[in-house]
Amino acid sequence: MTEEIIIAGFGGQGVLSMGKILAYSGIMQDMEVCWMPSYGPEMRGGTANVTVILSDERISSPILNEFDTAIILNQQSLDKFEHSVKPGGLLLFDNNGITRMPQRNDIQIYCVEAAAEASQLSMEKAFNMIVLGAYLKLKPIVELDNVIKGLEKSLPERHHHTIGTNRDAIVRGMEIVQQYQF
Amino acid sequence: MAELRLMKGNEAIAEAAIRAGADGYFGYPITPQSEVLEYFMAENATERTGMVVLQAESEVASIYMVYGAASTGKKIMTSSSSPGISLMQEGLSYLAGAELPCLVLNVVRGGPGLGDIQPSQGDYFQSVKGGGHGDYKLIVLAPSSVQEMSDFVPLAFDLAFKYRNPALILADGAIGQMMEKVDLFEPIPRKTEITEPWAVKGKQPGEPKRTITSLDLDPYGMEKHNEHLQAKYRAMEENDVRYEAIQCDDAEYIFVAYGVSARICQKAVQLAREKGIKAGLLRPITLFPFPKKQLAELADRVKGFLAVELSAGQMVEDVRLAVNGKVKVEHFGRMGGIVHSPFEVVAALESKIINV
Amino acid sequence: MDINEIIKEENLVYRKSAVLNDKVFNFCPGCGHGVVQKLIAEVVEEMNIESEVIGVGSVGCSVLVYEFMELDVVSAAHGRAAAVATGIKRVMPDKYVFSLQGDGDLAAIGTSESIHACNRGENITMIFINNGIYGMTGGQMAPTSLHGMKTATSPYGRNEAMGHPIRMSDVVAQLEGTYYVTRQAVHTPAMVRKAKKALRQAFENQKLNKGLSFVEFVTNCNSGWKLSPIKANQWLDQHMLPFYPLGDIKTEGVIVTKDK
Repeated sequence: MTEEIIIAGFGGQGVLSMGKILAYSGIMQDMEVCWMPSYGPEMRGGTANVTVILSDERISSPILNEFDTAIILNQQSLDKFEHSVKPGGLLLFDNNGITRMPQRNDIQIYCVEAAAEASQLSMEKAFNMIVLGAYLKLKPIVELDNVIKGLEKSLPERHHHTIGTNRDAIVRGMEIVQQYQF
Repeated sequence: MAELRLMKGNEAIAEAAIRAGADGYFGYPITPQSEVLEYFMAENATERTGMVVLQAESEVASIYMVYGAASTGKKIMTSSSSPGISLMQEGLSYLAGAELPCLVLNVVRGGPGLGDIQPSQGDYFQSVKGGGHGDYKLIVLAPSSVQEMSDFVPLAFDLAFKYRNPALILADGAIGQMMEKVDLFEPIPRKTEITEPWAVKGKQPGEPKRTITSLDLDPYGMEKHNEHLQAKYRAMEENDVRYEAIQCDDAEYIFVAYGVSARICQKAVQLAREKGIKAGLLRPITLFPFPKKQLAELADRVKGFLAVELSAGQMVEDVRLAVNGKVKVEHFGRMGGIVHSPFEVVAALESKIINV
Repeated sequence: MDINEIIKEENLVYRKSAVLNDKVFNFCPGCGHGVVQKLIAEVVEEMNIESEVIGVGSVGCSVLVYEFMELDVVSAAHGRAAAVATGIKRVMPDKYVFSLQGDGDLAAIGTSESIHACNRGENITMIFINNGIYGMTGGQMAPTSLHGMKTATSPYGRNEAMGHPIRMSDVVAQLEGTYYVTRQAVHTPAMVRKAKKALRQAFENQKLNKGLSFVEFVTNCNSGWKLSPIKANQWLDQHMLPFYPLGDIKTEGVIVTKDK
């Protein structure tokens, strides 16, 4: 099994850290993992994206043209990566700020209103965990317990008190994710 | 304690240096490798092992701090990215001339000039052909995973001390910035006693003084010194070539690639074989010494080679020298920080080698 | 009287330091470089620290320092002696480390390394030979060449477009990392005695671990100045010393204020 994922959005949305938590969860499950960010000035507020690969086998290229899953958090990223999803693959997006909706009919498209939900629950910082939860509902490639272990590994100890909130956010994401209706 | 961690290549190399018992690191920040110095500082490397970590005022100063510290026989390293490594070339020539072991990391970015900060392999010539003035070579190791960023640190120090020669780890922005699972090796304690007879420590009574220099105004002496250096480089070629052959046994076409390009070619091998093309990958791990013999042997039984590198075609020259006209050797690469995709690589194999 | 009756231990008034070997200095007759190297040797011998000293040579007239001194010496590339000394001292903090540099090395090509080693307060001794000219390469202009000074690359005299002579000791004294900064000369016996005391102080300071000691020697370069040794010394007194006045500039980390 190999899952090749692109996560893309604005810098500050937690794109890179979501990828890191996913990668750490893979390690907890004895998988091979690779996390390849776009880096540079983009880190400072512009668009940010990260490729995450989880596999049972040695991972070859960290740089990919097409993905099993695209997790999309802004319009620019949707425009850029919608066509990079493999036929039959998954596109998961948050419709907040999206004006041009996804078009493809040869892939599965799901929507998670994570930004709205995070704001309503006053857990804005756990926005990316709601998205992660939605993804894991659709592709349960790592178990929730291993995600929590991944969180423990990737968060500095001073932030460990937030793990409960993050867990709640992941569960909430699993609950609210919906197939997108054209 | 050996342990598994998710790390960036740049972090892994710093952690490996701490664990390898490095005695000193001198460096200057530059993207995309600033995490190296940041990691040493954040991890309190000095508290952990007593190693010296110092942010120098420039790459020029860094390499000469390395030169001074290395002359004491200790394990010393620096790191930088392309423009900074250019500034270090004079120092590397002096280190090679004075026969001082040390470890230098280059996380290559797009060039020439200020270029950009995306992955590139445009510094190959500079790395394997000397780089600075005079006839000399560096031992050049090319990691293609975060695991190798860690594993090559003790290896590079061993080779550097074995030959009294600077060793270079030639990485690229992708290997430096990506995170992978790393199995960290057991820490090696720092050496408490320096046994290198050439190392300066203050002239001891009854012993001759030690001089570290690359100067000899007598041209006959200088020629002799050069012959000694060349003999060392031949010994490296004889004894310390490293490479990985992936699916080469039944291959008709061979990709030759190192670093991140080798990772991309691994995928390209898979894609090519799905299309019925018997492709394989020869991945040089040491770029100097280069796996010439292995390529020459392959040349006797394959139909062609495609050198895949993030440059206008540098390593391809060494592949051509090794293949020596027996079969077709072509180059495919992107430049300026663009990374080729596995699809492009397969397409290039078809258009440049197979369908010609 | 037979000569062997004179050569007796009790008649000994001067002996070459054992830290210097028997090789003949390659300096021009009358040059200050040899005197400074002799002083370094004497100070090291008198402090009995030969086995704890690592010297750093540079590029310029002092490039062959390792030939004449019975000390472990690392020779640096042009301008980089302060960085090389930093590297050695940082990994061998218990050793005495000194650099020996000329004005081109320390104040032109190596200004950055010099300033930053001083600013970090590296616990080393920097020895600076200022003769206002590039001696080894044949008398070209130095950053310390005086206004109007004729050199191979300023044959009609140094003018403003070529920059101004730089008083490095005064520059580095301003940096918090320097503990002791002094300017000395070695062209009269009295000056040599004084200079040796200053040099000894600069080495003793390394024991205190308080920062960098910087000893400038204003010397002649009779070949480069195209003067006889005696005339060169007179020119030194008349022109160099008024611009580069002798004395301590900073002691125990405090700039010396001179009453006028």
